[in-house]
Amino acid sequence: MSPTSSADKSKELLRTSGTARQIERRLFLRQGLSLGALTLLTGCDVTDTSAVQGVLNGISHWNDRAQAALFNPRRLMPTYPESQAVKDFRYNAYYSQSQIPKIDAEAFKLNLSGLIENRRPWTLPELYSLPQESQVTRHVCVEGWSMIGKWTGVPFRTFLRRIGADLTAKYVGFECADGYYSSIDMVSALHPQTLLTLKISDEILAPKYGYPLKLRIPTKLGFKNPKWITAMFVTNRFSGGFWEDRGYNWFGGV
Amino acid sequence: MTDITAGRLQRASRIIVHPLTVRITHWLNALAIFIMIMSGWRIYNSDPIFPFYFPVWLTLGGSYDGSVDIHNEDGLAGALQWHFAGMWLLTINGIVYIAYGILSGHFRRALFPVGPAAFLRDTIAALQFRLPHHYGAYNAVQKTLYLGVVVLGVIMVLSGLAIWKPGQFQELTCLFGGFDVGRVIHFLGMTGILLFLIVHIALVIIVPKTLPTMITGRAPAEEFHGKD
Repeated sequence: MSPTSSADKSKELLRTSGTARQIERRLFLRQGLSLGALTLLTGCDVTDTSAVQGVLNGISHWNDRAQAALFNPRRLMPTYPESQAVKDFRYNAYYSQSQIPKIDAEAFKLNLSGLIENRRPWTLPELYSLPQESQVTRHVCVEGWSMIGKWTGVPFRTFLRRIGADLTAKYVGFECADGYYSSIDMVSALHPQTLLTLKISDEILAPKYGYPLKLRIPTKLGFKNPKWITAMFVTNRFSGGFWEDRGYNWFGGV
Repeated sequence: MTDITAGRLQRASRIIVHPLTVRITHWLNALAIFIMIMSGWRIYNSDPIFPFYFPVWLTLGGSYDGSVDIHNEDGLAGALQWHFAGMWLLTINGIVYIAYGILSGHFRRALFPVGPAAFLRDTIAALQFRLPHHYGAYNAVQKTLYLGVVVLGVIMVLSGLAIWKPGQFQELTCLFGGFDVGRVIHFLGMTGILLFLIVHIALVIIVPKTLPTMITGRAPAEEFHGKD
């Protein structure tokens, strides 16, 4: 997945000429024909040609739409008895535990921006004072593993209404203290099991679980559950995400 | 798409053994299976359910080293993109093939009847290299294997849906014994298809004249043993 390949550059140049489209098509065909050879030689480099990557990205966007169409906003994800909830939940990030962001509880503020009426930042005591709910659900990771846990927090739709978010907007985006970012569709954001999470296993989120604030959204894969959230915004502009921009499917529904 | 009834259409003493729809869906399916198995192996590698990994060079999903260097990621993103693109090809092509097989009578003519006694008889004959290959008429081993792999294909699509959407399709996931058991079934189904492929390709190597027939659809009339 090289960001720019020579084929990209030559395409850019060709666009200026009159026969650009014809040559582009030829270029595409030639890349297509070399696919088989590439596959046999390297076994895996096919994905790196820009034409193939373009097609794969296109299908991934199509899969976003297919999953949105499939998504039933009233369908609840399976819940489990509390006895099945794992106490020592798995730490998961793309860096080691020593690099976990350290959050100063006193200074912490959840910043709001975008299509929100009341964009005043929220402090931790204010967040803790909101009505909370608990759920025992399965966290499904894109890698294939899954784990049942108990999370407690503010129903996200309650919070969105409280801050006067434009519920007709398309997306809700998140920014995190570790540089992670993600965004979700408004329909999933309003799902009754989507929680602005403050606790795991009945205890305030430990630093490794995203202290002080994490989004728990059981209708989506694990990487759509950002931790260490410091800011959120409501928007109609697609804003992707950390892993999504690296090729993971954006909708990421389960 | 009508079934060009085997045997009725003769051209220069060559007979249509494989209808056009069967040939097209066969090769599209070959491409889909290749994509699904190789990308599936890399997805498996990101969280193995058995104590082994697949060699990266056997997997599909873009440059592994590039992904590690640029994204600090084991090439899973590319493999997932291939897998969830290939699923459309596999499923749509599979539905066309099965619908055609049932509606045209192709399944009834080519794959039935088949029973355990005939399967046992032909398996023993095959192991003794006494089972001749006939165009237009499958022996009981072929019938059983082809039927079996179609069933496996259906199981793969359904178990795949069950572990892709354990929320939206939770009843289906339950049917496969839950998310974790569903993953094992999805893996075992792949293993079954892989075993089929080994036998299937080995037989083509032993009887190479079957390969051009799967492309052109035609075989010499004097070797034809079809029912029609």
